[in-house]
Amino acid sequence: MNYVIRRLQAFPLVLIGVSVVVFIAIRLVPGDSITAMLGTEAGLLTPQQRDSLAIYFGIDQPWPVQYWRWFTGLFRGDLGISVTYGKPVLAVILERFPLTLELALLSMLIALSIGVPAGVYAATRNERPADLGVRIAAMIGQSTPSFVVGLVLIYILSAGFGVLPTMGIFTPFWQDPLQNLSQMILPAITLGCAFAASVTRVSRSAMLDVLSDDYVRTARSKGASERSVIWRHALPNALVPVVTLSGIEFGYLLGGAVIVEQIYALPGLGRMVLEAILQRDYALVQGAVLFIALNFMIVNLLVDLAYAALDPRIRLEGR
Amino acid sequence: MRVVKAIFSHPSGRIGGAIVLVYLLVALLGAVGLTPHDPLMQYRIDRLHAPTSSYWMGTDLFGRDVMSRLMKGVGQSFTVAFFSVALATLAGTVLGLTAAWYGKRWDTVMMRMMDVLLAFPAILLALLIVTIVGPGTWTSVAAISIVYTPIFTRVVRGPALSLKARDFVDAARTFGSSRSYILTRHLLLNLVAPLTVQVTLALAWALLTEAGLSFLGLGTQPPASSLGLMLSDSRNLMEQAPWLLAFPAVAIMLSILGFNLLGDALRDILDPKTRRA
Repeated sequence: MNYVIRRLQAFPLVLIGVSVVVFIAIRLVPGDSITAMLGTEAGLLTPQQRDSLAIYFGIDQPWPVQYWRWFTGLFRGDLGISVTYGKPVLAVILERFPLTLELALLSMLIALSIGVPAGVYAATRNERPADLGVRIAAMIGQSTPSFVVGLVLIYILSAGFGVLPTMGIFTPFWQDPLQNLSQMILPAITLGCAFAASVTRVSRSAMLDVLSDDYVRTARSKGASERSVIWRHALPNALVPVVTLSGIEFGYLLGGAVIVEQIYALPGLGRMVLEAILQRDYALVQGAVLFIALNFMIVNLLVDLAYAALDPRIRLEGR
Repeated sequence: MRVVKAIFSHPSGRIGGAIVLVYLLVALLGAVGLTPHDPLMQYRIDRLHAPTSSYWMGTDLFGRDVMSRLMKGVGQSFTVAFFSVALATLAGTVLGLTAAWYGKRWDTVMMRMMDVLLAFPAILLALLIVTIVGPGTWTSVAAISIVYTPIFTRVVRGPALSLKARDFVDAARTFGSSRSYILTRHLLLNLVAPLTVQVTLALAWALLTEAGLSFLGLGTQPPASSLGLMLSDSRNLMEQAPWLLAFPAVAIMLSILGFNLLGDALRDILDPKTRRA
């Protein structure tokens, strides 16, 4: 359990590091948030008004004081107030998060349901035309940026079928599941393509490794059917690296898919951060990036722990 | 020479190598300005012209030749990718080698710092850096290299740690070889193989990130051309002028594909352990 403890010890340290980096980085962005918020009207403010606004948003203090105030606030769930939304940062983040979470889950679902069967199929037909076909498709999928997939999908739909995907609106799943899925399916496919390609490649190579293991040979020599050898004996072990890969990829997706959200005009976490950076909404950027980094680290930790649980060598060996 | 031969006898190495070579040529031509037309010249009467013998890839909304802009854009994307990966490799190698060599506190501090950087999603970190410094070619280079430095640091540190414990390093120490000699001759030289693979794959990611940043309007700034920017511009016109979407899309995809294939081949050739990965 040495490894687990070491991972857990590093966790808060890295999180503090992330919070310091974000805090300083966003303050290095040229321009101040009050001007960014009010635009040209900022010129109409009297110095007194400007000062009182700065006090309201807590940006009148020196950096260390601001940081300390923000940092201690985190423990009370208080991430400050967003200048652009005029609402608590946590509330703004939690409003956007369901969409991002759903998108990440849907694309993972797509990736796994295409990638694993394709990888297994290719592995069982190693070096034959079918294997080659799957490998080429996976390689192309992995090399195609999400925005290319997205634009091509939109083009095919609009030029080929005369329909434009719904954009800019988001209906929560619990309000109208069908409506929600019809809005989310294209972005999910867009993100799922490259993801599915990686899953295919990893499951294929893991499956090939496992298929040459002794216990698979034993199972075969005992007279187990090919189907049971592949699905019952080999696949569960081949899935270990697939779990790792999906976990890491999922962690990335929880950070919001800035580009895909931009293409489909989805109000997700990624686009929110992009806008917040451009608006110099200090509190929102700090809170959101910390939230994203925390998610990412938790997912990675869980993946590592799952990996350690599945593979005793890592658990005992340490780093 | 041996490696080059091996690459071209490896099926994906052959294809990847050929693609990369063609791109290098196009990038070079684009960078020095040997394009069919001036990429900034606006042929107003030929606006949104479909591909013809005089404009092989058609023209855009302003009547600029798409092929010339594409060549210039490939030059631009490759410049950013090469410089950012070179910087990340240099920084990552120095940090990883010293972390492995000096160990203890320096190692802990370095690796925790890299953990902090790795906790940011790549594109977000790049966005933050670009917003601080302001968009532009060299900002993209800096942003992408900072994003990929932790990866190189890790790639170098792990093997360097195990090399450091090997007998031949101890032997070199006993013979009185200097620290810098051991670091460069014994450690670095043995790390060339994993680094080469990583560099090739990182070039693919760097091209992807550069295109993404430009697509969001935070990379290369107009009127200069870059593949991501061209794609972003095609968004509102793709029904009338699908060539504006098709050519840059294929160009981005093929460039990344080339480096991915080459990286896979190099991994097979240089690292027999992961032959099938």
